[in-house]
Amino acid sequence: MTGPGSAPDAGARPGFGDFVARARAAGELVVQPRMGMADPLRMRDGLIATRHADAVTVGTLTLDSYTRTGDLAAARRALADGVGLNGYPIATHSTDTTRAVLRGVAGARFPVQVRHGSAKPEHIVRALLAAGLDATEGGPVSYCLPYSRTPLREAVDHWRRSCELLASAAESGARPHLETFGGCLMGQLCPPSLLIAVSVLEALFFRQHGLRGISLSYAQQADPRQDEEALTVLGRLAAELLPDVDHHVVLYAYMGVFPRTPGGARLLLEDAARLAVRAGAARLIVKTTAEAHRIPTVAENVRALETAAAAAADERARQRRTPGDAHALGDPRTPGDPRTAGDPRTPGDPRTAGDPRTPPGPDRTGAEDTGIEAEARALIGAVLALDADVGRALVRAFAAGHLDVPYCLHPDNAGRARSSLGPDGRLHWSSVGSMPIAGLADGGPRPPILGSTGLLSALSHVRRAYDTRASARPPTPPDLPSSAHTPPVPLPRTTSTPRRELGLTTP
Amino acid sequence: MEQHAVEQHGKARPAVPTPEPAVLDVVVTTMSSDSHTWNLVFLQLLLEELGHRVTNLGACVPDELLVAECRRIEPDLIVLSSVNGHGFHDGLRLIGALRACPELAGTATVIGGKLGISGPGDPARQRELLAAGFDGVFEEGGSVVDFRSFLAALPASPRSLPTGSGALR
Repeated sequence: MTGPGSAPDAGARPGFGDFVARARAAGELVVQPRMGMADPLRMRDGLIATRHADAVTVGTLTLDSYTRTGDLAAARRALADGVGLNGYPIATHSTDTTRAVLRGVAGARFPVQVRHGSAKPEHIVRALLAAGLDATEGGPVSYCLPYSRTPLREAVDHWRRSCELLASAAESGARPHLETFGGCLMGQLCPPSLLIAVSVLEALFFRQHGLRGISLSYAQQADPRQDEEALTVLGRLAAELLPDVDHHVVLYAYMGVFPRTPGGARLLLEDAARLAVRAGAARLIVKTTAEAHRIPTVAENVRALETAAAAAADERARQRRTPGDAHALGDPRTPGDPRTAGDPRTPGDPRTAGDPRTPPGPDRTGAEDTGIEAEARALIGAVLALDADVGRALVRAFAAGHLDVPYCLHPDNAGRARSSLGPDGRLHWSSVGSMPIAGLADGGPRPPILGSTGLLSALSHVRRAYDTRASARPPTPPDLPSSAHTPPVPLPRTTSTPRRELGLTTP
Repeated sequence: MEQHAVEQHGKARPAVPTPEPAVLDVVVTTMSSDSHTWNLVFLQLLLEELGHRVTNLGACVPDELLVAECRRIEPDLIVLSSVNGHGFHDGLRLIGALRACPELAGTATVIGGKLGISGPGDPARQRELLAAGFDGVFEEGGSVVDFRSFLAALPASPRSLPTGSGALR
């Protein structure tokens, strides 16, 4: 339970990453909502409901879009006028107010992360540190290119300062944690190798600027087998390139056009939870059945957390019944440091990571190899070769088109790469632009570049597939009763276990 | 000022419809608070497939930039698309700013997407947007076909535009 890197430093308070590491060691998937309300009391109630859900949970403060874009005057006006905000304005409410929201709820047994979407997040980091929090997410690429007009070079500067600010919390005994958003980018239609590459590069950027607690994101796409391969590769590269960093992989339930039906949405979330267990992700950020329609309620979020936890437990039970299927990376009972389980190789020099000639290690995970790893290594290596400073390397890589996010309209994105979706849901490159990955993946001729009709069809592929699957099934009960599942294995009882072990389901 | 704009359009477009579809210069854009871009990518592809030239302004376009780019380009058509639920209010603000520019007072300008937080198809909302100066309103729930019909009719008579209804998705 206290392997290298997962034990707090002497005198350090356990943080977000420590909680996830303990849950992982206990064989539990941590589940987390997206949740933010402007009203402090409602925000506090949402956190309490998240904490009391029948699942191993961490809490979320999702910020509003005025705070995201730095328009604090607009956030102040909206609060004063009682106009609805789409999140919690952490830089506008007083520090005392936010501390009151968190008091007695957030802590070592229920860490809370701030989620925002800002290309210039210094004011957010300052506000969350002042309120006693130390976990957040984003990245210089992933919160710049898809969501802002900020020049990439500026976003890199802002994120460097923000990382240094967040990392400085360690001086006062905290264990700050930062999650990459690079595994999501445009939300859908980005082939996995680029998601992995940006996620890993943002993690290396965080590391370069002082962070020692990092999670690497990947967003569920449209084919579970491709996703399983991708997550396996992400875990392997993270273990190899961040050997001295406490890290884990976090999966986002599908971030694209969501199924319209509650049944379809639930099936998609359950597939995400099963994928997380199979492929070794330690944490899952859920989506709700309301996703296609509106911002979810707290109750809908709690149901989603419990649905995901139940599906994860079911998947673990299935793995135990058929141990041959249990992938080493996804099996938390693997001896040794769970963070590097499944990585057969010695941590290496990041500069060699991108050499596509590096022979692939023996695949102990059972995931197939369609070339995602070769592409991801080539992309990471090409970027790191440009400059010893990861931020400058990222700027130069986008300028040269060595990284090129398909369909991203940002002026600093080359915009020559194109992707498409096969009938089976697998993502392919239609054009790699100037990225150094031509010929690295399996498969015959590249699929044609999508037109408007093809793009619409690809964007709604997952919605269609899961709504169809849901309609082909008998209706399932809308709620899983709290007693529907108990922890599948006796959990170690220590003084610092995840909440669920001390919660309602504890015998 | 209105007269000036009409004259400009008169130069660009034949008075009598021709069998050859005209090539339009189109600005595709969203509003300052909206970070969504898949709608903009789709619209660009659709317009380019129909033979038009598109300038896509991308995510979170500030009002000043939107107006400045439209004044610089002097497009035949401005397409405002928003899906974050603020499109109605943002659109009312923007159409005033666009119509206040002499060179844009008569430029065909349409809005579409998810324009409110209460769902599509509010007739009062559509009427208000049209009264404020938009030439077409295409809310989610309708059809792309309506937008294409609107485009097809555009070069023939720029100031007697059909009132569109349908989807820009």
